[in-house]
Amino acid sequence: MKSYFSLFRIRMINGLQYRAVALGSVLTRFCWGIMEILAFFAIHQSGGDFSMTFSQTVSYIWMQQAFILMYNVIDGDQEIEASIQDGSVAYELTRPMNLYGNWFTRCLANRLSPTALNCLPVLALALLMPVPYGLKFPKAMTVVLFLASTVLALGVVGAIAMLMHITMFYTTSQRGTKIIGRAVTGFFAGGVIPLPYFPETFQKVVNLLPFAATQSTPLLIYSGALTGIDAVWAMGLQIFWLIALTALGYYATKRTLKRVVVQGG
Amino acid sequence: MRFYLRLFALNLKSQMQYKASLFLSCLGQFMTAFTSFFSIKFIFMQIDAVGGFTYGQVLLCFSVIMLSFSIGEAVGGGLANFPRMVNMGEFDRMLTRPRNLVLQVIIPFFDFTRVGLLAQGIIVLGLAIPQSGVTWRADKIAGLVLMIVCGAVLFFCLFMFQAAFAFFTMNSLDFLNIFTYGARQFGRYPFSVYGKKILHFLTICIPLALIQYYPLQFLIDDTAHPAGMFIPCLSLLFILPCYALFRFGIRKYKSAGS
Repeated sequence: MKSYFSLFRIRMINGLQYRAVALGSVLTRFCWGIMEILAFFAIHQSGGDFSMTFSQTVSYIWMQQAFILMYNVIDGDQEIEASIQDGSVAYELTRPMNLYGNWFTRCLANRLSPTALNCLPVLALALLMPVPYGLKFPKAMTVVLFLASTVLALGVVGAIAMLMHITMFYTTSQRGTKIIGRAVTGFFAGGVIPLPYFPETFQKVVNLLPFAATQSTPLLIYSGALTGIDAVWAMGLQIFWLIALTALGYYATKRTLKRVVVQGG
Repeated sequence: MRFYLRLFALNLKSQMQYKASLFLSCLGQFMTAFTSFFSIKFIFMQIDAVGGFTYGQVLLCFSVIMLSFSIGEAVGGGLANFPRMVNMGEFDRMLTRPRNLVLQVIIPFFDFTRVGLLAQGIIVLGLAIPQSGVTWRADKIAGLVLMIVCGAVLFFCLFMFQAAFAFFTMNSLDFLNIFTYGARQFGRYPFSVYGKKILHFLTICIPLALIQYYPLQFLIDDTAHPAGMFIPCLSLLFILPCYALFRFGIRKYKSAGS
């Protein structure tokens, strides 16, 4: 356990090195958030009976922009992908650590460290915005639920990312798989538009998928669109997917490593 | 010229080597655009218009942006690698060759997988043309074609604009992505939807509204003067500052060493 912890720390410190890049991405997130919010403002102005209010959508978008790097399933683990492609995965295998545990820890750290840099400035800017466009601070209980759900979401993101990495043992070029993965995980996790804007019959199915257990659940809890028993149910699903996908990934890694052939050296 | 064609053909051949990957990438691009399309469709299942624009008109906007972006990025997307080339000193090698610099940078990175995005754009355009309520006369059709062509040039310029900053920062400025990838994302609605200030900014500073909002007004308005079809051409003025910045960058360029 200690080795996983220090691995996590090394990746964190590594990610915190590039502060100028972080400043740029804070600005990007802020502009992106404003544009999204203005679009939804126009949509709500045009009437229509949406199951999410405008003010809930504003909170959803700001929190999404603040934590976007954490909910990112596909990008962020370049060193893992490179080690699969160039064969340095062989070194990893000589370490007296379980490969799944090792990489899963790294996946989590790779997402947490940029988020730690990014989220506070974005949140501060979002809280400073004028009234209809600003981020609202909800009740303490909601924040607690949000934090718990975020931790679960990060776990599910890591588990899905690991499944993606494992498929890369079988494919020579990763680009196509990654583009498809980005489209699917983004859309079904409420990355393009929040899931409550989907048609109702569609929502019933999409809510059950593991992608909804990533960013959608915590963001909807924070914004107040998901409350009471529905929130508990959604978090239960998060726990289910976390366990199921980690188990699947663990098993798949074991199977894959039995057959892996490292060329040359 | 033959030299460039050869470079182009070599690049095509090398991308064709991994057919499965090429196919998956195209499919991925198609799916990405598909999710954007559904995000519009889902919203319009519950309302009739956004900011005074109907579903058909928004689809027209979306497809124009999608088409121009996919062409512009297929050609200019390679410029995204430019900061890395400067950083690694690869650009120094190009300076020694007696050939056009911009072409040397973009041709090896010409991205054929954008066909997926292009296909989606064409399908949506096919849906939008009958639904948009535009009476399609010769001048309207010419206006639509000009929107797409000038849009592609504009997106290419934006990629070049972003790359030119690498001369000064030696690193990529991801912030400028808001005008390339961001424009693709937000251009699915006419820019007037985002309010006056943003519309003005996108008219005067970064002329994205000139290939989208204003020509759309021309298409919708049955009584508009046919000269309106040339509105998108105004956006071509943006080439000048971009090219100037690039030239200025080359003049100031000090190698990053390698």
